[in-house]
Amino acid sequence: MKILVPMKQVPDLVEELEIDSSGKRLNRDFLKFKLNEFDEHALEEALLLKEQHGGEVVVVTLDMAEADNLLFTAIAKGADKIFKIPGNCDEGIDCHSAAQMFATAAKSIGFDLILTGVQAADDRDGQVGMLLAAFLGLPHVSVVTGLSLEGASAIVHKEYAGGVMAEFEVVLPAVFGIQAARHTPRYAPVSKVRQAWKTSKIETVDGGTVPASNGSVVNRMFKPESGKRAELIEGSPDDVAGKIVDLLKSRGLL
Amino acid sequence: MPNDVFVVAEHLKNKLSDVTFEMLGKGREIADACGGKLVAVVLGSGTKDLAAQLGVADSVISVDDPALEHFSPEAYRIVLSSVVKDRQPKLTLIANTSMGMDLAAPLSAELNIPLVAYCKGLSADSGNVSVTSQLYAGKVDVESSITSAQAIISVLAGSFAGDAGRSERTPSIEEVRPSTSLNDLRVKFRRLVEPEPSDVDITKEEKLVSIGRGIQSQDNIALAEELAAALGGAISASRPIIDNGWLPKSRQVGKSGMSVKPKLYLTLGISGAPEHVEGMKDAATIIAVNTDPRAPIFDIADYAVVGDLFDIVPALTERIKGAKG
Amino acid sequence: MGITKPIVIEKETAVVDGVDISGAWNRMFEQRVIWDYDLRHMEKVTALEGGESLGWCYQCAKCIAVCPVDIVGDYGPRKIFRKLQTGMDLLESSDLWLCTTCMNCLRVCPKEVNMVEIMPAAREQAILDGKAIPDELQKAFDNISKYGNPQGESARKRADWVKDAGVPVNILPTTKKPVDVLWYVGSYPSYHGRGKDAAKAMARILAALGIDFGILAHEEKEDGDSVRLAGEKGLFEMLAEENIKVFNKYRFKKLVVTGPHEYNAFKHEYPKLGGEYDVLHYTQFLAGHLEQLKPLLRKRVSARVTFHDPCYLGRHNGEYVAPRNLLKAIPGIDVVEMFRCKENGYCCGGGGGGMWLDSFSRDFTSERLSERRVREAVEVGADILAVCCPYEVSRFEDAVKSTGHDGKLVVRDILELIDDSMRM
Repeated sequence: MKILVPMKQVPDLVEELEIDSSGKRLNRDFLKFKLNEFDEHALEEALLLKEQHGGEVVVVTLDMAEADNLLFTAIAKGADKIFKIPGNCDEGIDCHSAAQMFATAAKSIGFDLILTGVQAADDRDGQVGMLLAAFLGLPHVSVVTGLSLEGASAIVHKEYAGGVMAEFEVVLPAVFGIQAARHTPRYAPVSKVRQAWKTSKIETVDGGTVPASNGSVVNRMFKPESGKRAELIEGSPDDVAGKIVDLLKSRGLL
Repeated sequence: MPNDVFVVAEHLKNKLSDVTFEMLGKGREIADACGGKLVAVVLGSGTKDLAAQLGVADSVISVDDPALEHFSPEAYRIVLSSVVKDRQPKLTLIANTSMGMDLAAPLSAELNIPLVAYCKGLSADSGNVSVTSQLYAGKVDVESSITSAQAIISVLAGSFAGDAGRSERTPSIEEVRPSTSLNDLRVKFRRLVEPEPSDVDITKEEKLVSIGRGIQSQDNIALAEELAAALGGAISASRPIIDNGWLPKSRQVGKSGMSVKPKLYLTLGISGAPEHVEGMKDAATIIAVNTDPRAPIFDIADYAVVGDLFDIVPALTERIKGAKG
Repeated sequence: MGITKPIVIEKETAVVDGVDISGAWNRMFEQRVIWDYDLRHMEKVTALEGGESLGWCYQCAKCIAVCPVDIVGDYGPRKIFRKLQTGMDLLESSDLWLCTTCMNCLRVCPKEVNMVEIMPAAREQAILDGKAIPDELQKAFDNISKYGNPQGESARKRADWVKDAGVPVNILPTTKKPVDVLWYVGSYPSYHGRGKDAAKAMARILAALGIDFGILAHEEKEDGDSVRLAGEKGLFEMLAEENIKVFNKYRFKKLVVTGPHEYNAFKHEYPKLGGEYDVLHYTQFLAGHLEQLKPLLRKRVSARVTFHDPCYLGRHNGEYVAPRNLLKAIPGIDVVEMFRCKENGYCCGGGGGGMWLDSFSRDFTSERLSERRVREAVEVGADILAVCCPYEVSRFEDAVKSTGHDGKLVVRDILELIDDSMRM
């Protein structure tokens, strides 16, 4: 079983996001990138499957920001091979393009199963995993919280609202969008990551060329809240209760 | 047709989801602005009753087939893909939900139609469609315009009013057969797995009433529970409550507990220590009730109530029950 | 396991060195020898670099009387040794995470069994072996490696507290000026609400004394000592290398730290990695300026104050006097000692990674160490529990509330008390 885990980086939300002077993109000066946390769950699930059934875990990512560290961390956690798709993506890349590059790379790397994070914080034009599935013409299930293998098939649990789940049997190869791995993603001890920097090799895989436009353009970016964060709700207990109810209604929470 | 707006109805266990009506209401407005028709698309088996509820639409395309009895990422995508390919609507609205995620992106890639996801705002001005997406965990909104003739929009639940999407009118229903066989697919539905009734996972609750030291005693927790029940949510707590053994550890929010991102996080008597804030700062709407106006919870809350929870909670519970009828 | 039943030896006569000593005592049990036990688990620990001394234990149990964890639970070095003999795998056991490396056991141990080295070594092995790490601790490791602080805050916000300090603070990465004192602020004073109170007080005190000082702001990172003791040695080394690189960028005479853990790191661990500094804990630095400080302390702080010795300032580094001298210099303060103080000071539970293991340890102790300590402060009738370790303010404030002493006992950093006394 060869499990491929395409990983992507997203702006780290611990840092205050600033919008640049064009008003159409994030200010890259203060932007820090980190691994999409759902991809971390996808990797964990892949490693757990490998521990259960054998095989290998292969990680592929785009060439930007912390790519090398991300890949060596994957090795420290137990991945077997790491690939980088060249082509500087530091200026940002839309999900259609990323998915096409991953699709091209996946075909040349080879795989029996692809696990991706269910989504990422910057998926303006859709989730990479499901786009990737379509580009590869593979069956897919998104929002997966449970995964086991039975012969040439996978049994997956897809989460709906309210805790209801649907169980599907999927013929492999397939692409799954992982919502959560069975365990908290494991820790990569720093000494092992550093060891990987010294002893492991990042292989290169071609992502092909991608079309420039995805059919929509960004007009502007803006921060949804303005002014002071907490708005004071005042009055008698009953007034306050009434105002909260109005507020909940207006936000579709009631 | 070039100016039509399609809305893909979502349903589970023979019930249409709220987001379907929200999309229909918004879709109505957009279709009118573009001079096109609003068409609802229902996939399923034995869905006549569901289709009948979609009267806001000018018409309903119903694909009724035993193979579509349960949602399946593959079967639904195949059918929807052929409908969209066939009818060429200007916009196809799909919920940005678990089911919708298995349709919108694959459809976009397969049909080469642009997709704008996480839509929380949608407008059309003389045929130009503008979409506002909620990205970066709600920290930044992105407004896009569509530059091609067709687009798929995946819509966040709760973004639009549902009332505008409901109507008593009976829509005209067009029955459509799947154009290809739905046998021998690679994704097979097996069963629905219901959650265990007593098992509350606070990370999955959309509404949390969270209590802290200000609740004062175990007996008072019932107040919070009643409020949570009225809201249709669950109760969670900060560490001291768990430490006191008043609630199980599975209810703890914060550094040493769970990280939660509910739509509503209503705190009662939580001061907002960083250890707690770490676990709940990503909640969409935070309402905080605390007696201390300087409590740090107010730095992160969207709405602040400086007052005694023992006065406010009963009044609020009463009001919510009233509002729900 | 290879435990055999003791064999009963009965002899008609007993002759030792030619003398007949026959009697009722002839019936005896054959002595059981240590190889009756399966020592695999023991040897797994004693084979580790730093783990050797565990094998020296001869079960005298002096450690049990002073182990702060045993006082509220069932844990102690002697017991670890015994459990390893009888089949416990320390690397898989919850016992692995309970030691706070407070060093009170080593103080009394006749055999110098050094838990301060044993536990970090065993933890490191467990982490390298991929064994489960308590969630809270893993989160702290993750945050520290990504952001340089356990809170997971942006490095850019590290010096945000400065704007509320009320005095100018020299940000070295901006001014690049040589200074007399490089003040390493630390993560908790930089980010934690109550920690920031101490940081602001420190800035005002240094300004009032006319000290030429600067801070590293966003270039400062967690020192890593507690991370090291919690078993993440690789992360410690990375932090140390990065901090040393930053220290070397600036010119300063003394390195003054807010926290005892940083003090311990910079004094004993950083030199091993090439970073040697003239380092002082703030209590030592300020006690050295006591004569200039005294005239500034004009406001009476009328209170009965008891002082909690931080393990890493006291037992680990022998400093018991400086903090007490500072407290005594504040007019109006009546200093009372708790039963366990100085060399035998009780641990707050935050050391050795305990800061990030609270909810884990909770399941193995009858109360938190900090709660026990708060009760001890209340017992001696203190109004104020004075501390000088940034871990402690939040730990003890929590404990004051959870033990129902809210309003009766107040927790203050010595810096805050000095700052109070300086305000007329």
